[in-house]
Amino acid sequence: MISIKNLHASIGDKEILRGINLEVKAGEIHAIMGPNGSGKSTLSSVLAGREDYDVTEGEVIFNGKNLLDLSTEDRAREGLFLAFQYPIEIPGVSNINFLRTALNEIRAYHGKEEMPAKDFLALVKEKQKLVELDVTLTSRSVNEGFSGGEKKRNEIFQMAMLNPKLAILDETDSGLDIDALRIVAQGVNALKTKDNATILITHYQRLLDYIVPDFVHILYKGRIVKSGGKELALELEAKGYDEIKTQFESSES
Amino acid sequence: MIAEKSQVTRQLMEGLQKLSSKIAFIPDEEIVSAIRQLEEKGLPNNKHEDYKYCNIESFIRREFKTLDQTFNPLDLKVIEAYKLEDAINLVVLNGNYSEALSEKVIAKGITIKSLNEITSSEKNYIASQAKSSSDSLIALNTVFCGNGLFFKVEKGNVIPMPVHIIYLNNNSAPSLSNARNFIHIESGAELTLIESFINSGGGKIFSNYVSEKLVDENAKLTCYTFQNEGPLSYSVHTNAVKVNTYAHYSNTTITLSGELVRNNHNIELAAASCEAHLNGLFITKGTQLVDNHTLIDHQMPHCESNELYKGIANGKSIGVFNGKIFVRKDAQKTNAYQSSKNILMSDDATINTKPQLEIYADDVKCSHGTSTGKIDMDALFYLKARGIGEENARKLLLQAFAEEVINKIEVDSLKERVLHLFEKTL
Repeated sequence: MISIKNLHASIGDKEILRGINLEVKAGEIHAIMGPNGSGKSTLSSVLAGREDYDVTEGEVIFNGKNLLDLSTEDRAREGLFLAFQYPIEIPGVSNINFLRTALNEIRAYHGKEEMPAKDFLALVKEKQKLVELDVTLTSRSVNEGFSGGEKKRNEIFQMAMLNPKLAILDETDSGLDIDALRIVAQGVNALKTKDNATILITHYQRLLDYIVPDFVHILYKGRIVKSGGKELALELEAKGYDEIKTQFESSES
Repeated sequence: MIAEKSQVTRQLMEGLQKLSSKIAFIPDEEIVSAIRQLEEKGLPNNKHEDYKYCNIESFIRREFKTLDQTFNPLDLKVIEAYKLEDAINLVVLNGNYSEALSEKVIAKGITIKSLNEITSSEKNYIASQAKSSSDSLIALNTVFCGNGLFFKVEKGNVIPMPVHIIYLNNNSAPSLSNARNFIHIESGAELTLIESFINSGGGKIFSNYVSEKLVDENAKLTCYTFQNEGPLSYSVHTNAVKVNTYAHYSNTTITLSGELVRNNHNIELAAASCEAHLNGLFITKGTQLVDNHTLIDHQMPHCESNELYKGIANGKSIGVFNGKIFVRKDAQKTNAYQSSKNILMSDDATINTKPQLEIYADDVKCSHGTSTGKIDMDALFYLKARGIGEENARKLLLQAFAEEVINKIEVDSLKERVLHLFEKTL
C-alpha cells in the first residue's frame, strides 16, 4: 500500500523527520505513537503534501506511484486521506457542496462520471449514520461552529464518503470524550476492509482500546525507534515515554 | 497645474456646450452653481482627499482627448439580454429615458416620466440632495445631464414587482454620458429597484450618473446596483439619498467590470429612527480601479446604519473602500456598523481601505472592522487534501467569500445572474 523509505523532512533549517522507514500493507492498521515534538504530525503533513515542509531525502511509494511527485489533490485522488488533527473551518462553503465537489473530482480523475444527485444524497444519509453526525451539520458550512467532537466525526464522515485506500488519522482522539471516541472508533472499524489500510497517529494508548492495531511504532526525534505488536502500546502506557527517551538519548550520544 | 486643470474642464465644457440644450428641469440657481464649481474647482484629481486614489481628471485627459456625442444605432438584443423576467424593465439609453424601449408599468401608484415632463412643484426636488457645490462630478452632470427619469411611488403603495432600470450607453467613439434620475418613495410606500449599468458599441465611455433618492417616512426602498460596464468604461455613480423617519433604505452594489468605477454613496439619515444598509462586492483584474466611497450622515437619534463591503483584487488592479460616518450632536442612540473585507489574489494588486468616523454624540454604538489578506492557505490545503483541484478550491473559497454579499440579493433572477457572472470572472 505505502512504502516509506529513509524519509527526511525539514521546516526551515530544522530537520524534523530524520529517516523514517515504514511499510504498510492492505488490510493493516498501524499506530504511530510518540511524545510531543517527535514528528508525528509532520509525517502526516508531509504525506498529505503540505507545502510548508521540504522533503530533503527519501522516497514514498503509494500504490506503485511516487507519492512525493504528486500534488496534494492528486494524492487524495489516488486514495490517500488525512483526518486533520485540527479540522479547518471554512465559512460559506457548505459541507455538502464541498463533499460533492471532492467526490466528483476524485471520480473524474478515475475516468468516472459525476455521481447522480440522488445517489449522492443516499450515500450521505448512509454514511452520516455511521458517525452519528447530526443531519443539520451536513448542510452547514464546513466545520464552522462545530464542537471539537463534531469536527472529528465530520473528518470520519468525509473519510466514509471518499472511501480512501489509506487513511491517516492524525491525533483523531485528541479532545474527544469517551462517547465521541467510541463513535469515531466505531466508524473507523466499520470502514476497515482487507483492501484498505489505516495509520493512526496518537499520543495516547486510549484510542487503541477501540481500534486495535496490527503494528505499533514509536516515533522519537524523527525516527521510528521501536516497532512491535499492540502490546507495545500497553507497555508504553505503563512505563511512559521516559524510558524511550533515556534509552535513545543515550544510544544516540 | 491649476491652469492645466481648468484647461481640461474648459475643453470638456466647450466640446459639450454645443451639444447640450438648455436643461429646463433643474433649477437655474443650481446650474449657475454647477458652472461655478466646474470653473473654480475643475474635475477632481488626486490632490482632492476624496479622490486620492481616483484621479478622474487624469483619466479624462488620457482616455477622452476627443468627445463625441453621436451614439450608435441600437442593437435591441443587448437590451433584451439584460432584462429580468420577474421585474418591470425600463430603459435609459445614453442618459435619456426611453419610453419606447421600456415596458409598460401597470402597477398602481407609480408615476414615471422623463425629467423634461415634470411639473414646477416636482422641479423643486431636483438637485435638492445632489449639490453641485459638493462635487464637480455632480456639477458636470447638472450642466450636461440627459433627459433622465422621474420615478415616484405614491403614498402607501407597495409595489409587488421589482422595477429594473437598464442604463445602456451605445457608442463607438469616446463619449460622455450623464444619466440622471430622481426616485421618490412617498410615505408608507415600498419599492425594490434594480439598476443595471451596461455598455455596447465598442467605444470608450465616460459615464457620470447622478441619482437622487428620497425615502419618505415609513417608506422602504430596496436597491440593487449591478455594474458590468466592460473594459472600455470609466464611470462615476453618485447616489444622494435622504431617508426620513422610520424609513428603510438599502443598497447592494455588485461591480463585475469597468476599467474605472467610482461609487459615491451619500446617505442622509435626516430624521429619527430610520435605517440604511449598504453592501458592496467587487472583483477586479488587470489594471481596473474600483473605488467605493460611502458617507452616512446620522443627523437624528435612534438611527441605524450597516455597511458590508467586500472585494477581490487580481492582477495589478486597485480596490478602494472609504467609509465615512458622521454622527451629529443630536444623533444619540445611533447604531453604526461598518465592515470592509478584501482578498488580494496577486502581489501586484492593491487594496486601500479606510474607515472615517466622526462622532459628536456621546451615547452611540459605532464599530468598524477591516481586513485585507491573501486567500486562506489552510482552507485551500484542506480542500485540496480532499481531492479538489487548486482552481476549483480557489473558486469555492472566493464564492464563499462573496456569497455573504450576494445572498443579500432578494430578487431571484438577479441573484442568479450575479452568481453566474461572478463565477465566470473567477
